[in-house]
Amino acid sequence: MRHDHLTSAKQLSRADIESVLDRAAEIDADPAAFGDRHRDAVLGLCFYEPSTRTKMSFETAIKRLGGDAVDMGTVESSSVTKGESLADTARVVEGYADALVLRHPSEGAAKMVSEFVDVPLLNAGDGAGHHPTQTLLDLYTIRENAGLDDLTIGIMGDLKYGRTVHSLAYALTNFDADQHFVSPESLKLPRSVRYDLHDSGANVREHTDLDAVLSSLDVLYVTRIQRERFPDENEYRAVAGEYGIDLETLESARDDLTVMHPLPRVDEIAPEVDGTDYATYFEQAHNGVPVRMALLDQLLEADR
Amino acid sequence: MSDHELRVSKIRDGTVIDHIRAGQALNVLAILGIRGASGETVSVGMNVPSDRMASKDIVKVEGRELSQDEVDVLSLIAPEATINIVREYEVVEKQQLESPDRVVGVLSCPNRNCITNADEPVETAFDVLADGVRCEYCETIVRDDLASHIAVE
Ligand SMILES: [Zn+2]
Repeated sequence: MRHDHLTSAKQLSRADIESVLDRAAEIDADPAAFGDRHRDAVLGLCFYEPSTRTKMSFETAIKRLGGDAVDMGTVESSSVTKGESLADTARVVEGYADALVLRHPSEGAAKMVSEFVDVPLLNAGDGAGHHPTQTLLDLYTIRENAGLDDLTIGIMGDLKYGRTVHSLAYALTNFDADQHFVSPESLKLPRSVRYDLHDSGANVREHTDLDAVLSSLDVLYVTRIQRERFPDENEYRAVAGEYGIDLETLESARDDLTVMHPLPRVDEIAPEVDGTDYATYFEQAHNGVPVRMALLDQLLEADR
Repeated sequence: MSDHELRVSKIRDGTVIDHIRAGQALNVLAILGIRGASGETVSVGMNVPSDRMASKDIVKVEGRELSQDEVDVLSLIAPEATINIVREYEVVEKQQLESPDRVVGVLSCPNRNCITNADEPVETAFDVLADGVRCEYCETIVRDDLASHIAVE
């Protein structure tokens, strides 16, 4: 990959994406062959928001490459509480590590830090902004299950605040994909994302009703609708119910539909779906390790 | 500029910003950081009848020429304005405003959750689009009322 930092999925060309996914497939096929690749590498984990899975997945990835991780710990236990700026913290931690992973509640945090540090920086989520490593594992999962070209995908749920959605939608503009966005009116794609999608000539359509598109989909990507986005419990309940799926919903789906979810889920996908061939979300979560190994392998290799 | 207009706007050395959309003169002063305490001689005409526009604002600043940064931001909120640089009572340079590709450190981001609004050592930066500007950090697009986002120092 040509970039030292990965802050947004928008940076990724089709060739960049394919090279990471190809490497991930090699790792998947023979993980042991990569166990010694980065014996002395140290990955610095800076998580300003709780995110057990993303953090564990990065930690596992660097360890399976033979390296190790250092963790700044929770915000409460670190010098952040003493008022240290993010820019300062990142410049200190970069001295301990060969690459940094950042999760932060403010949009643009990763881009800012990338202007201060020399080691590769991976954005693991910045507010409602971007989450490009999630996107790479999503793309890997889609490629394994449905293929990335000639793809019809439905993305459903909180499209307004869902950073995984924004990153995925950008990345899919590199491929021959028809994107259908399904959400309540109040949680439609933000203006800036719609602007970029149209700008890239993407084939994008927006719906409020899943039934309008379900039967044409190769992949249905479901995201969580969060309680705090709604003024009251009743309104939330009504919307959450309408944008969840169960076996009955899936009756009109194609047999080879792939159902994905970035997890954690609450009620969006009924547990009865878990045992079906549609359910791909746990496989998707597991793919986080080989995909992050592939990405770290390439970044650390380029940085040597 | 006609002789008549010249007589009206006579300053010795400085800058005349003419054909400002009516109502924007105070925002132009804000961009130039003029709040009256810095000592420049400034005259402001508001809602002046104009041939080219129904009415316009005009700002004249004695003893001051504009930096490129200032011109860039002016072009965003007063795209129709012209800048006349005056030396020894003569207009020595006349400039139409051109939109810059980006503006740095002048506008503040309306997204309160943007990293540029946190207490971090970072200047705001906006890409200029055909019909607005876009924060380079959080990607928020601002189309309306740019003047209200001018960062006050
Ligand atoms: Zn911003």
